[in-house]
Amino acid sequence: MREVAVPMKVLIPTPLRSYTNEREVEASGATLADVLVDLDRRYPGIRFRMIDEQDNMRPHIRFFVNSEQVYELSHALGPNDDVQIVQALSGG
Amino acid sequence: MPRTAMTPARRAKGAPKSKTRPSARTRSAAAPRRVVVLVATRKGAWLFHGDAARKSWRLDGPYFLGHIFNHVVLDPRDGRTLLAAAKTGHLGPTVYRSTDLGRTWKEATRPPAFAKVPEGEKGRTVDHTFWLTPAHASEPNVWYAGTSPQGLFRSEDGGVTWSPFSYINEDPQYRTWMGSVQDGTPDGPKMHSILVDPRDPKHLYFAMSSGGVHESVDGGRTFKVLVKGMEVVEGFDPSTITFHDPHNVKLCPSNPDRLYQQNHCGIYRIDRPSDEWVRIGRNMPKRVGDVGFPIVVHPRDADTAWVFPMDGTTVWPRTSPDGAPAAYVTRNGGRTFQRLDGGMPERHAWWTVKRQAMTSDTRDPVGLYFGTTSGELWASRDEGRKWACIARHLPEIYAVEVAELS
Repeated sequence: MREVAVPMKVLIPTPLRSYTNEREVEASGATLADVLVDLDRRYPGIRFRMIDEQDNMRPHIRFFVNSEQVYELSHALGPNDDVQIVQALSGG
Repeated sequence: MPRTAMTPARRAKGAPKSKTRPSARTRSAAAPRRVVVLVATRKGAWLFHGDAARKSWRLDGPYFLGHIFNHVVLDPRDGRTLLAAAKTGHLGPTVYRSTDLGRTWKEATRPPAFAKVPEGEKGRTVDHTFWLTPAHASEPNVWYAGTSPQGLFRSEDGGVTWSPFSYINEDPQYRTWMGSVQDGTPDGPKMHSILVDPRDPKHLYFAMSSGGVHESVDGGRTFKVLVKGMEVVEGFDPSTITFHDPHNVKLCPSNPDRLYQQNHCGIYRIDRPSDEWVRIGRNMPKRVGDVGFPIVVHPRDADTAWVFPMDGTTVWPRTSPDGAPAAYVTRNGGRTFQRLDGGMPERHAWWTVKRQAMTSDTRDPVGLYFGTTSGELWASRDEGRKWACIARHLPEIYAVEVAELS
């Protein structure tokens, strides 16, 4: 039987809502990297604002899975996980 | 929408000291076109639409409030496409594109980005796109972009997708000349002043802060260094290309063999095919010096150029010298300069003008425009003899360009 990817909830910070127009959206993937690729498919351009061309998280962008911060894009995700994207706003 | 009158911001000083006037040979028979001033700031972009006399201005904006805009440029080939180089303090860089003069915008689907390096190697990342140049008139939809850190990019679809251009982004020699972040300006080393010879789309120049001036005559297949005659900070070796810090380079539309340059170390002119820059800034008043960021050339008279000096003494305050801002003009290729401060504050004005924040239109007499680090937009309708502040209280202004519309 073919496995069907179940979308998970992804919380979008205000600086990125011009892409989604919503606070909470859905995306699918087995890893955080996959979820971000799926997000970019649904909302073109959003990934590059968070992840640079060397596939590193940009400064001030933080990812939380079920309220725990994760530091690797390869972090594995399950179908019931919630992803939160946070902007660590600072400066003037 | 608010409309701003072109009235002096502070007490005018009366007639300027300069006797310079537009000469008869500069007059153009072309019908005047509507001027729109494109203002890029640390917190968004604004457009100022001038009336036929360039006397009153209708303000549009802010666009993308809170975004850092380093450059907003109109495509002169179609007269309607705007490209805007943007980022925010916390999001990655991008390019926005409007084909209806700012009413609607779309984001580039592939903004300028360096090539991804193999796993385990350290690659560069574009912090922001700093400079945008429409390519030659014969190459519609082609644009060049310069980034921080220094990178050269090209779009062939009107700014929708961008790719690394030429070999220099990854070339070991160029990477050495680009230096590190520590060698660059306080907010990052810049690729700027991408110039296209109006006679030949393959004849290109670019400049790097730091990293010198470079020229290609084969459409970017090869570049050569063009720094002879340029000085570097005292005590350093001018043969080290990294030490060269051109701030702004302009090519004269009326004589593309002549270029002017405002450098960290003076004002220069070069007349090709000579490969040696001449420091014409030696002819500036000694108490003012020849340090600054912008340089503007006359659209029809290659002997005329304007600069906006700043204080480059001691710790480099980068303010108007003695708090008394002024533009200076040469009308003889740099043999002499005249101060142009009519209408500007006499004292206690501690702002300056960044390298992209001064420009001209092509009307007769030429209109000049500059934006300040304190968020004021100034204009002159008579080639700098008198100035008026057309907007105050904007965010710090990074770039000012002119769009002329039929």
